[in-house]
Amino acid sequence: MENIISLTINGIDVSVDRGTSILEAAKKINIRIPTLCYHEDLCVAGNCRVCVVEAEGYRTLIASCATPCEQGMKIKTNTPKVRNARRDLIALLVSEHNTQCTTCYRSTNCELQALASEYNIDNDIYMSILKPEHLRIDKSSWSIEKDDSKCVRCQRCVRTCSELQHVNAITVAHKGKDMKISTFMDLPMNEVVCVNCGQCVIHCPTGALTERRYYDDIWNAIGDEKKKVIINTAPSVRVAIGEMLGYGPGASVTGKMVSALKQIGFNMVLDTNYTADLTIIEEGNELLMRLKKALVNKEEVALPMITSCSPGWVKFIEHMYPDKLAHLSTCKSPQQMFGALSKTYLAEKMGIEPENIVSVAAMPCAAKKFEANRPEMKSSGYQDIDAGLTTREIGHMIKQAGVDFKELIDSDFDSLMGDSTGAAVIFGATGGVMEAALRTAYEIITGRDVPFEKLNITPVRGLEGIKEAGILIDNCLPEWNFLEGVELKVAVAHGLKNARIIMEQIEAGTSPYHFIEVMACPGGCIGGGGQPIPTNDDVRKKRIKAIYDEDAGKPIRKSHENPEIKKIYEEFLVDGPLGHMSHKLLHTHYTKRNRY
Amino acid sequence: MPHTKELVEKLVDTYGRSRESMLPILQDIQRTEHYVSDDAMVEIAKQLDISTADVYGKATFYSFIDTVPRGKYVIRVCKTIVCEMHNKSGIIETLENLLKIKIGETTLNRKFSLLYTNCLGWCHMGPAMLINDEVFTDLTPERVREIIAIYKNKN
Repeated sequence: MENIISLTINGIDVSVDRGTSILEAAKKINIRIPTLCYHEDLCVAGNCRVCVVEAEGYRTLIASCATPCEQGMKIKTNTPKVRNARRDLIALLVSEHNTQCTTCYRSTNCELQALASEYNIDNDIYMSILKPEHLRIDKSSWSIEKDDSKCVRCQRCVRTCSELQHVNAITVAHKGKDMKISTFMDLPMNEVVCVNCGQCVIHCPTGALTERRYYDDIWNAIGDEKKKVIINTAPSVRVAIGEMLGYGPGASVTGKMVSALKQIGFNMVLDTNYTADLTIIEEGNELLMRLKKALVNKEEVALPMITSCSPGWVKFIEHMYPDKLAHLSTCKSPQQMFGALSKTYLAEKMGIEPENIVSVAAMPCAAKKFEANRPEMKSSGYQDIDAGLTTREIGHMIKQAGVDFKELIDSDFDSLMGDSTGAAVIFGATGGVMEAALRTAYEIITGRDVPFEKLNITPVRGLEGIKEAGILIDNCLPEWNFLEGVELKVAVAHGLKNARIIMEQIEAGTSPYHFIEVMACPGGCIGGGGQPIPTNDDVRKKRIKAIYDEDAGKPIRKSHENPEIKKIYEEFLVDGPLGHMSHKLLHTHYTKRNRY
Repeated sequence: MPHTKELVEKLVDTYGRSRESMLPILQDIQRTEHYVSDDAMVEIAKQLDISTADVYGKATFYSFIDTVPRGKYVIRVCKTIVCEMHNKSGIIETLENLLKIKIGETTLNRKFSLLYTNCLGWCHMGPAMLINDEVFTDLTPERVREIIAIYKNKN
């Protein structure tokens, strides 16, 4: 059987590998076929039929996403028959849709709206069959809003939740005209196993699934003269927010982002990277402490230790592996460390009453909203983080304020808590926390740099689902002699599908690792559920490249060399990493939840 | 719900723990309990190691599996056009009067539920209805009264 298939599309010859779909073949020769239920990250569903094309000798139109190319096929993508069919399909979808586009968060970023505009759907083709009872919005979750009146039943969210995340919090319930995307028993989103990762949101073509927005509260706080509104921005926001403000994917706009946030009224613009560096110090020491307990004191400690920066991942393990919570590092995420310090250390240093501080986080994440509202996250005596906003919300705020983003002049982060290293920037990409931790931990143990060229630990970089590395520890400093000759084994997983594989190994007792990094979202935070839409592998790669470029351009690239970090341990966290103050402000505990 | 737990455990032993065994398990529960309760769905999810939403999605897909309590005898009246033209509405009216329930409801003693169904394929002998698995055709209000009287005397 031939493995190369030749066919023509709109009269143009094209050759593709066997198994390639007509849609992909058309893409190869720059012919765009409209799609709706199709997404590069997901399996083919073929349920919306918007991508239909005409094939010579076929009685009916065929869905190009779901039909593999065959030898000698003659495809036409833009005949009157095709256009009429697509127009009818889109018009039928519109007739079921809540078309109040003017009040929709996804307006101008909606695939159905774009298709309806492209195919010039007049509103009198089909009467709207939307009923008042369809207009109920589920706002029960801190993180995600579900509005079924805008759902087109493409099932991208269901495929995302199942294929990418192995959570299956949502499903297709009922059938025919009654079909809807539903949780178990149609329970509110806050009562089911949803981990708030927001991947369904960035895969939704319309406004049916969105993050819950809090920016009006922040505008009010900014307008209140008594309040000091401070914001910390996560590493992956600076390489993605440009996409909402006129740049292509992978543009690093750190300086402009800082200027914009200052211009719209934040009293201080600080860096989550600062507490990312702090996380490395605390988490690195925690790992070494666990290894010491296991190897020297022969105590029972939970190894491998797993990172806890990703709140989607934390809720996942709480639901799915409640008996394995001891494996999680007790370190809070950088966002929550920042919140706790902003209302203690920063308040003290700047002479601000903590009750007047509104601490905001700019995050690539939907789950950060839930995390900020966890009852235990009040170690400063106040709610540590008042609001976690997504990259999209921050982009909207900048637009709402009328800032001409592209014309802005770069500014630096304010201080304190604005200094950071290259090790902190890479937190935004899968493998970054691991790389940053190894740069510091290896140096603590041996007094030398990690044995990789230019500190770039390449085995833990990239988009492969699970990455592994082993680092041989030799010529230790005397204090760490018990690690002499040990090969430190680490793994990195991103996307909860891969996290589950790692956890199954731990359950079975076969996990060969000492330390594991898990990020809930594919690609890590750069692919987070709060990032600009669309996000796909092409976009992820560009954002990752921007992250590593930022790292390479930083004068300091190891967390423990951050001067502001040294300072906080001298002035505030005086009993050192894992000390009493750290324990109170920077560490946390976890909650067992139901799997079913 | 110890009873439901035991029932599911027994069915899992019979049909196995693969995803494909979900449907026969749901059918057996439907047969014995006249609906699949949320407790039963949670128990199936645990036993098959899948999410509860998956079980709910499958259970709601099939018209003959119920996720709300139904009576021992489920009456399904054909709602399609041929039966409609043969006085389906008279049949429904009679049933509603006899059972003192509306379409979609279940009697308080959990003996009867009254539902619509899609075409039963008995268009030539409409109107038609099902009571559990038994088909009744050429219905008239009088015949419906006779049939319901028989079922009311059944256990």
